[in-house]
Amino acid sequence: MRKLTASAYKEVVLLTRDLGGLAVLFLMPLLLVITITLIQDSSFKTIKQNKIPIVLVDNDRGEVSQTILENLRSSKMFKLAESTDEQEVQQQVQNGQYQLAIVIPKNLSSDLNQKVSDNVNGILAQFGAIEDSIPTTIKTVESKEVKLYFDPATQFSFRNSIKSGIDQMVSKIETQSIYKAFQEQITDDPTEKIFDTEPFITFTEIVPNAEEDALIPNSTQHNIPAWTLFAIFFIILPLSINMVNEKNQGTFVRLRTHPVSYAIVLGGKALVFLVVSLIQFTLMLLVGIYLFPLLGLPQLDVSDRLPLLFLVAFFVGLAAVGLGLLVGTIAKSQEQSAPFGATLVVILAAIGGVWVPVFAMPKFMQTLSGLSPMNWGLSAFYDVFLRNVPLKELVPEITLLLLFFVVTTALAIAYYNKKNAV
Amino acid sequence: MTLSKIEPPEQDNGHMIQIERLSKKYKGADFFSVSDLNLTIARGEIFGLLGPNGAGKTTLISMLSSLLKPSSGAFSINGLNYKENQRQLKQTIGTVPQEYALYPTLTAAENLMYFGSMYGIPKYELKKSIQDHLETLGLSQFANKKINTFSGGMKRRINLIAGILHQPEVLFLDEPTVGVDVQSRNAIIDYLKQINAQGTTIIYTSHHLNEAEEFCTRVAIIDQGTIVCEGQPEELIAQHTNARHLEDVFLEKTGKALRDYA
Repeated sequence: MRKLTASAYKEVVLLTRDLGGLAVLFLMPLLLVITITLIQDSSFKTIKQNKIPIVLVDNDRGEVSQTILENLRSSKMFKLAESTDEQEVQQQVQNGQYQLAIVIPKNLSSDLNQKVSDNVNGILAQFGAIEDSIPTTIKTVESKEVKLYFDPATQFSFRNSIKSGIDQMVSKIETQSIYKAFQEQITDDPTEKIFDTEPFITFTEIVPNAEEDALIPNSTQHNIPAWTLFAIFFIILPLSINMVNEKNQGTFVRLRTHPVSYAIVLGGKALVFLVVSLIQFTLMLLVGIYLFPLLGLPQLDVSDRLPLLFLVAFFVGLAAVGLGLLVGTIAKSQEQSAPFGATLVVILAAIGGVWVPVFAMPKFMQTLSGLSPMNWGLSAFYDVFLRNVPLKELVPEITLLLLFFVVTTALAIAYYNKKNAV
Repeated sequence: MTLSKIEPPEQDNGHMIQIERLSKKYKGADFFSVSDLNLTIARGEIFGLLGPNGAGKTTLISMLSSLLKPSSGAFSINGLNYKENQRQLKQTIGTVPQEYALYPTLTAAENLMYFGSMYGIPKYELKKSIQDHLETLGLSQFANKKINTFSGGMKRRINLIAGILHQPEVLFLDEPTVGVDVQSRNAIIDYLKQINAQGTTIIYTSHHLNEAEEFCTRVAIIDQGTIVCEGQPEELIAQHTNARHLEDVFLEKTGKALRDYA
C-alpha cells in the first residue's frame, strides 16, 4: 500500500510541476466543448433563428408560384430575394451569395390547373356526374420541373431537408388544386364548404421520459456528454507520454531493479489520472451550467442526475486510463505514442457515435460500434442526461467499461512482463 | 553519518556472487556480448569490471541487476538464485545506472523519497536516511531543489544515493564517476569506500583505470564478452613486465585498436 501511495504521490507532484501540461490537460477539453457547442448551437439557430439567403426566379407569375412565394416568405427559415434571370442566380449561388435558388417554370399554374381539371373531369365522367357538353378527353400536359440550385458548400443533410420541404409544399398545392377543381365541378357556390382541406394527420414531438417533467434535449444536453467523453479519452495522450518520458529518463529502468511490481507502478498512475479525468468532467459540468448561459448557449441541466453522472464518468475514466496504460507500455517514443493515441481516440469516437449517430452508420460499422468503449460511455451518458434512467439500467454499460479497464491493464502488465522477463 | 554493518548469513562460503557460464546474445546480433563467463566475487570485495567500449561490462551488470535475461548460464547473489528469488534478490542489490535515471522536475528529496519507498523503507527511517546521505555527500542544502537545476556531479551523487538507501548487500555501479569533476569523483569514491567498509560488496565498471587501480580490491578485464585477465591490480601489474599501471595491462590485453561499434 505504501508503494502505491508513494507512486500516486509522485505522479501528483510530477503533474503539478508541469503547469503548461496541466493547463493543456484541463483547458483544452473545455475549449473543445465550448467551441463544438457554439458551432452546433449556431446550426440549431441557423434553422430556428438565422435566416438562410435564397433567391426565387418566378417564371410562372401565377397562382402556384404566388403560393410558393407566400410560403417561403412566411417561413422563418429564409431570407428571400427575387430575380428574373436564371443564369445570373445560378452564378450567384455558385459564388455562395445565396445558398439556394428556386426556379419556378413558366406556365406552372395554368398547366397544373389544366392537368387537375382534366383529371377531375375524367373521374366525374366515369361516374356520369358531368354534363355532356363538357369535353372529357384529356389533353397531354407536360410535367413541370421546379429547379433547385444549391451552393456547392451546403451539406447533404441541408439539401435533403430543403428538397423535402419544397416537395411537401408542391404536394400540398397540388392537393388543394384537386380539391378546388372538384369543388368547382360539384357546386357553383365557391364559399360552400364541401371538403375539409386541413391536414388530417399531424405530428407532435413527445420526449420519452419516465418522470413528469420532460427534458427537452438541446445542443448543450447533446454536446456535453459526447465531447466530455471525447476529452476524457484524450487522457490517453498525456498518460502515455508520461510513461514514455519515464522510459527515456531511465527511471523505469531503475524501477525494474527495485522489488516493486509493474502493477503498483501502473496503479499509482491509474489513480492519479482517474482523478484528473473526474476533475475534467467536473469542469465540463461547471462550464455547461455556469459559463454556457453567459455565452448565450442553453444551460446544462444536471438536476437529480449528479450521482449517476459521476458514476458513469468514473467508469469512463477507468476505461480511458486502461487504454492509456496499454499505449504507454507498448510505445517506445513520443513519436509513437502521441500520433497513435490521438488517432486512436478519434477512431474510437467516430465508431462510438460521437459524430454520427450509430443508427445512421452502415450495418458493419454499427457492429463495430458495439466494440468501442466510447459507445458504451456515450450510451451511458445519454441514458442519464437524456433518458433519465435509474442505476440498474446503467449496469451493462459500466460493467463493459470496467472490463475494458481490467483487460487493457492486464494486457499492459503481461506485455511488460514478457518484454522484461529475466 | 553512520551506516549499520551488514552481517553475512550464518552458512556463508564467503562468495557473494557466483556466475556460471553466463552468456548473452542480443536479438539480431552476430556475436555474444557476454560469452560463457565464469566469475566468483567474494563478500566485501570492491570488484572492478574493466574493458573497452562494447566489451560486455554493462551487459553483465544488467544481467546481475535483473534488467536483462541471460541467454544461457546462471548466477546467484548472496546464495539467491536469480530465477527463483527475484524479489528477494532485488531487495539485496542496489543499482546505480550510468544514466541519471531521476525525475528532472522532482527535487532531490522527492526523488529519493520515491525510490526509497519502492524498497519498502518506512517513511521516518527513509527521511532520516536521505538527510544523512545528502549531508555526507555535501548536498543537504540542495535537498529541495529540482534535479534539472543540478550540475552533472550533483546528479551523479543523487543517482548514487538512490541506489544505496536500502543498504544493499551488493551494489552495482555502472561508470559512477563518468562526466564529473575531480571533487565530485573524490566524494563519490570516498563514500563508496565507506559503504564498502560497512560490508557492502561493490561491483563497478569504469574507464578510469587509475581510479580502478586505486579503488578496487580486485579487477577483471573483459574483452569481447570474456574475461581476459583477473586479479588484484598490483598482482596484474606485477605479472606484466612492461606494465607500471593497470592501464598498461589493459592495453596489452585488449590492444590499441579503436573499439567503435553500433
